[in-house]
Amino acid sequence: MKPLREVGILGFGGYIPMYRIKDEEIACAWNAPTSGLPVVEKAVPGPDEDVFTMSYEAAKNAIARAKISPNLIRAAFVGTESKPYAVKPTGSMLVTSLGLDNRSLAAEYEFACKAGTEAFQSAIALVGSGMLEYAMAIGADIAQGRPGDELEFTSGAGAAAFIFSKKSEETVAFLEYSVSYVSDTPDFWRRQGQKYPQHAGRFTGEPAYFNHIISSVRTLLEETGLKPSDFSYAVFHQPNTKFPLRVGELLGFSPEKIKPGLLSPMIGNAYAGIVPLGLSAVLENAKPNERILVASFGSGAGSDAFSFVTQEALEEKKNLAPSVSDYLRRKKYITYATYALYKNKIVR
Amino acid sequence: MSESVPRYWRENKVRERLIGSKCENCGKITFPPRKVCPYCKSKKLTEVELPKEGKLLSYSIVRKPPAEFEKYAPYAIGIIALENGVNIISQLTDVDLKDIKIGMALEGIVRKYREEGEEGLIHYGIKFRPKLK
Repeated sequence: MKPLREVGILGFGGYIPMYRIKDEEIACAWNAPTSGLPVVEKAVPGPDEDVFTMSYEAAKNAIARAKISPNLIRAAFVGTESKPYAVKPTGSMLVTSLGLDNRSLAAEYEFACKAGTEAFQSAIALVGSGMLEYAMAIGADIAQGRPGDELEFTSGAGAAAFIFSKKSEETVAFLEYSVSYVSDTPDFWRRQGQKYPQHAGRFTGEPAYFNHIISSVRTLLEETGLKPSDFSYAVFHQPNTKFPLRVGELLGFSPEKIKPGLLSPMIGNAYAGIVPLGLSAVLENAKPNERILVASFGSGAGSDAFSFVTQEALEEKKNLAPSVSDYLRRKKYITYATYALYKNKIVR
Repeated sequence: MSESVPRYWRENKVRERLIGSKCENCGKITFPPRKVCPYCKSKKLTEVELPKEGKLLSYSIVRKPPAEFEKYAPYAIGIIALENGVNIISQLTDVDLKDIKIGMALEGIVRKYREEGEEGLIHYGIKFRPKLK
């Protein structure tokens, strides 16, 4: 897919909460083996954080890099599966707290872990059609995993915000092409009113994650005529450390191209936030005129693939807000007991 | 309906964006915003958004908070001198109590203040934390 007018990223910003729990600590709490764990550690939000507060900070960083007044932004889309309210949009809360124009679109997008890039597609379409000049799309999640379940070892937290505008000298990267690919594949789900998701164990690999990402990326490569060697970086969805490296290998992307955006070993799987955060990390390391492949995956199932090309403005704008590495460095380790308290698994 | 719904609606912008009032007569800025200037009694006031960066002037640690804040205890309440000279009171977050130092550089971010149980509104506002960068 390609919009009618060219669209670029005007500003971007990530956010990671400061608390971390090591997977070894979780394994000890459940008397599980401490070897072969899916990630090293994961990010845990403080007791006063939720998807709205995390989205706020990511958006604040994106606005700083966009170098525009927030009241020029006319859309606030949040892709998440852990919104604070079942009914009451996080987007409208962001409009008020960030000082966006009240004449804005505001909505939540839901598609498991690809809800963030689903929000990207809508923001890109609105800007690309000329309906809006500036639209903001956020991927943010506090991932849920039932205590003791294998998901608890990877369910992290984080957010990243992107402000899209028409391509110009001010944009840090422009969209070259995108593809969305979906099918009804029941690998992971959460019924209405349930606190924790269910998943289909090993079934989540081949028919869900690998099939959908490979399909979206191969379609993108076929329709653009691009080859893996044309890309400097690749950001794949990261439910663990292994899957993104394996899908990269299957598609022809070396680990060197994947590692700059591979955050799950340090923060876990931030669900809808992880691919946008990975893209933020890559943009903070990239040079102008480099091509970035982005491929999300959402259970249920689907994948959005994008090709972005960086521009000159990236060099100046990357230092205008705290970077993903700044948030990665700012960390405090907590015990399983504190983690359980912060995540409301035990209450006073 | 919770009794605090209209209050939430009236105050959300003030608390989440730090909206104060500036007196058109004497130029003083007050937070929270006023209808009448407490310095010169003028009624000509306009809304201003306060800076979100400042330094810690003083603080106190709350170990026995009101019921709605128990989840966050113990926590610190600080007086913060904002960059424009206005002093405000705010909760501190993302900081070990032992690391709090008078004069430390702080920045404001939106966080949860309190929740009206499992079903009610969630109240948000600016809290301050050590400046990240």
